[in-house]
Amino acid sequence: MEEISNLMHGFGVVIQPFNLLVMVIGIVLGVLIGVLPGLGGANGVAILLPLTFSMPPTSAIIMLSCIYWGALFGGAITSILFNIPGEPWSVATTFDGHPMAQQGRAGEALTAAFTSSFVGALFAVIVITLVAPLVAKFALQFGPAEKFSVFFLAFCSFVGMGKEPPFKTLVAMMMGFALAAVGLDTVTGQLRLTFGFTELLGGFDFLIAVIGLFGIGEILLTMEEGLSFKGRAAGINGKVVLQTWMELPRYWATSLRSCLIGCWMGITPAGATPASFMSYGIAKRLSPKGRKFGTGKIEGVIAPETAAHAAGTSALLPMLSLGVPGSPTAAVLLGGLLIWGLQPGPLLFVEQTEFVWGLIASMYVGNVVGLIVVLTMVPFFAAILRIPFSIIAPIILVVCAIGAYTVHNSAFDVVLMLVFGVIGYVMKKCNYPMAPMVLAIVLGDKAEEAFRQSLLGSGGSLGIFWSNGLVGSIMTIGLVALLWPLIERIWGGMRARAAS
Amino acid sequence: MMSMRTILAGAAAALCVAPLSTSHAAWEPSRPVEIIVPAGPGGGADQMARVIQGIVTQHKLMKQSVVVVNKAGGAGGEGFLDMKASPGNPHKLAITLSNLFTTPLATGIPFNWNELTPLAMLALDEFVLWVNAEKPYKTVKEYIAAVKAAPAGQFKMGGTGSKQEDQIITVAVEKAAGVKFAYIPYKGGGEVAVQLVGNHVDSTVNNPIEAVAHWRAGKLRPLCVFDGKQLVYGDKVAGDLGWSSIPTCKSQGLDMEYLMLRGFFMAPKVTAEQVAFYVDLFKKVRETPEWKKLMSDGAFNQTFMVGAEYAKWVATEEKRHEALMKEAGFIAPKQ
Repeated sequence: MEEISNLMHGFGVVIQPFNLLVMVIGIVLGVLIGVLPGLGGANGVAILLPLTFSMPPTSAIIMLSCIYWGALFGGAITSILFNIPGEPWSVATTFDGHPMAQQGRAGEALTAAFTSSFVGALFAVIVITLVAPLVAKFALQFGPAEKFSVFFLAFCSFVGMGKEPPFKTLVAMMMGFALAAVGLDTVTGQLRLTFGFTELLGGFDFLIAVIGLFGIGEILLTMEEGLSFKGRAAGINGKVVLQTWMELPRYWATSLRSCLIGCWMGITPAGATPASFMSYGIAKRLSPKGRKFGTGKIEGVIAPETAAHAAGTSALLPMLSLGVPGSPTAAVLLGGLLIWGLQPGPLLFVEQTEFVWGLIASMYVGNVVGLIVVLTMVPFFAAILRIPFSIIAPIILVVCAIGAYTVHNSAFDVVLMLVFGVIGYVMKKCNYPMAPMVLAIVLGDKAEEAFRQSLLGSGGSLGIFWSNGLVGSIMTIGLVALLWPLIERIWGGMRARAAS
Repeated sequence: MMSMRTILAGAAAALCVAPLSTSHAAWEPSRPVEIIVPAGPGGGADQMARVIQGIVTQHKLMKQSVVVVNKAGGAGGEGFLDMKASPGNPHKLAITLSNLFTTPLATGIPFNWNELTPLAMLALDEFVLWVNAEKPYKTVKEYIAAVKAAPAGQFKMGGTGSKQEDQIITVAVEKAAGVKFAYIPYKGGGEVAVQLVGNHVDSTVNNPIEAVAHWRAGKLRPLCVFDGKQLVYGDKVAGDLGWSSIPTCKSQGLDMEYLMLRGFFMAPKVTAEQVAFYVDLFKKVRETPEWKKLMSDGAFNQTFMVGAEYAKWVATEEKRHEALMKEAGFIAPKQ
């Protein structure tokens, strides 16, 4: 196996002391970046890119990709502790992770999140190692129609699963679509719904919405309830990691499924965020405890974290082999490759063996190092919840404001964040679910774009969505997922009738 | 815009008298310099900005650091309006692509390039007509004949954005050859090239740097270049072929020329001294091996212009874009 010998050579490159050092630095910086909402992996890597100009390319990509792994790990921390997603792909982690923290199980949730992240990444790296050329070919099959079918499936696997009335879910989702439509329409090149405000040219950034809806909304609610953190503070328990690990193998099926979803989403490339939502939705459907999702089930943390990390890792593959970034962070890394004089594309694997296999080996080592770094910090993170909320709330508020500002370096976004905070508060009070809205904001314009690109290509015929086996089967699975509650009810009704 | 013109003239005059090596440079940046990219990360303008950032840092060409900021909202309108709203700020540069003209024309946002201070043209980006290498079309004539033979709109042309350079070229090709494509807009040039490799579109007008990796891998075939003369880079890129082996579109009976500006602008109301500092900086950047490598990798046209000559070039291009876009029906209705 040529791959294996290449990989061994890669390990040789990675374990040079200098490379190990930049790896640890990268992971720690990445975790910090992941913790700060708004300052995402993409921004973090872009800010730190100049640091790497004087390094050899292999060390540079190791450092930057480790920042990326760190950010993937770090995103879960604030989601679980404060219900504030540090990164877009951690939104789905809040659904069960935060209730767990409120029940005093923060350490358990964090351990599960970190370990799942590691498992997802490891799975993705193995996929990259063994079947990279094959996978690149699979990615080429995805035209607009195939892309739309994937987004469609993400929406369908999410609809009708909340505790809230379906009507409210629908309202929230439609509001999300409306917000996603603001700004420039790529297909016609026209501005939509900006009402002449030049501030709205760029539309509503998903990050601003999430920081506001979740972060500020949560603080407003807590203030109303008298500034006390609702849950029990977790005791500092060094053994929590081991205890959780004992429990995790039970959920191997969820884990494996999430790995597959993640890799698929990362390669196509749809990204880590839809992967996490889709994985959560499907886990909820298929788990025997599905109905209790949202109340602090550990599976609800495992599913999105595994998928997000698998997607985040496998997103590097299309970047390296096709030159198409699978995520915003991958896009910045792509810029880095060009600065170091490397040309991403099908020949990179042939011409730059040391670089490519050094990078792949660093994914293995980097994730192990990352896991060790974050796991040792679990008791410390869990202990943050012991700080009185009246002290921590203003800090969160400031961090959120800084985060919102850094997204576009614009003060207007801070105002927007506060507006979204009020919206989030009102929605919570009126029992409207926020997840469908967030999903629609993040995927709405991408789905719309893919849909219209498909129709432009087919001359307006919807037949394009069933024009080949791949797109047809994804669409059909999507429709089944959408109508599943209905099918289940009819089936149940028929069985009940048959029984009586 | 009398005042604007005075500033331009002043800047031009200052450049004429300023010696090439400004040893007595009176002004230099006192804060980190921001390069505003009116496009997303990973695209051509973004790559160039980041390469310049790398060169300036590595060769220590400036005491202050360079920060690259993407302001891609509204087809780059966000970035241009940000520049316009920072009069007199000498620590902000904008790198431009053709959306300098197309975005205000297509969307009607309150911006025109002459509200900014032209700094320098660093290069011009080429456009090449590409098809998938599996397809039988070896020349422009064969491809156009195939498009003509099929029903209108059956052949798909992929491109970056809507009512921007790629679609402008597409419309011009349609006019010149008497054919009709279904134009499908995507968000970025890299994605467009991959869609062509995957046979989801039939042809593209990708910039060289966006498609070169796939050409080298034998997946794409260049048919012609939309420039007045053949490219100068003779090194072998794919097999026996190099950039200089691609014929011009005009020589193949497709009368269309299009080059895209890769140039810099500064905020309104900056001083001639400040302009001179950056012109000098870019001259140094152009001398570095990293820059020369970027130029040959991307087969750029290395025209360099500053001052009045540059402003005049931009003004001519604006007229041309207005004409092309009017003809294609891409101009936003006056509100």
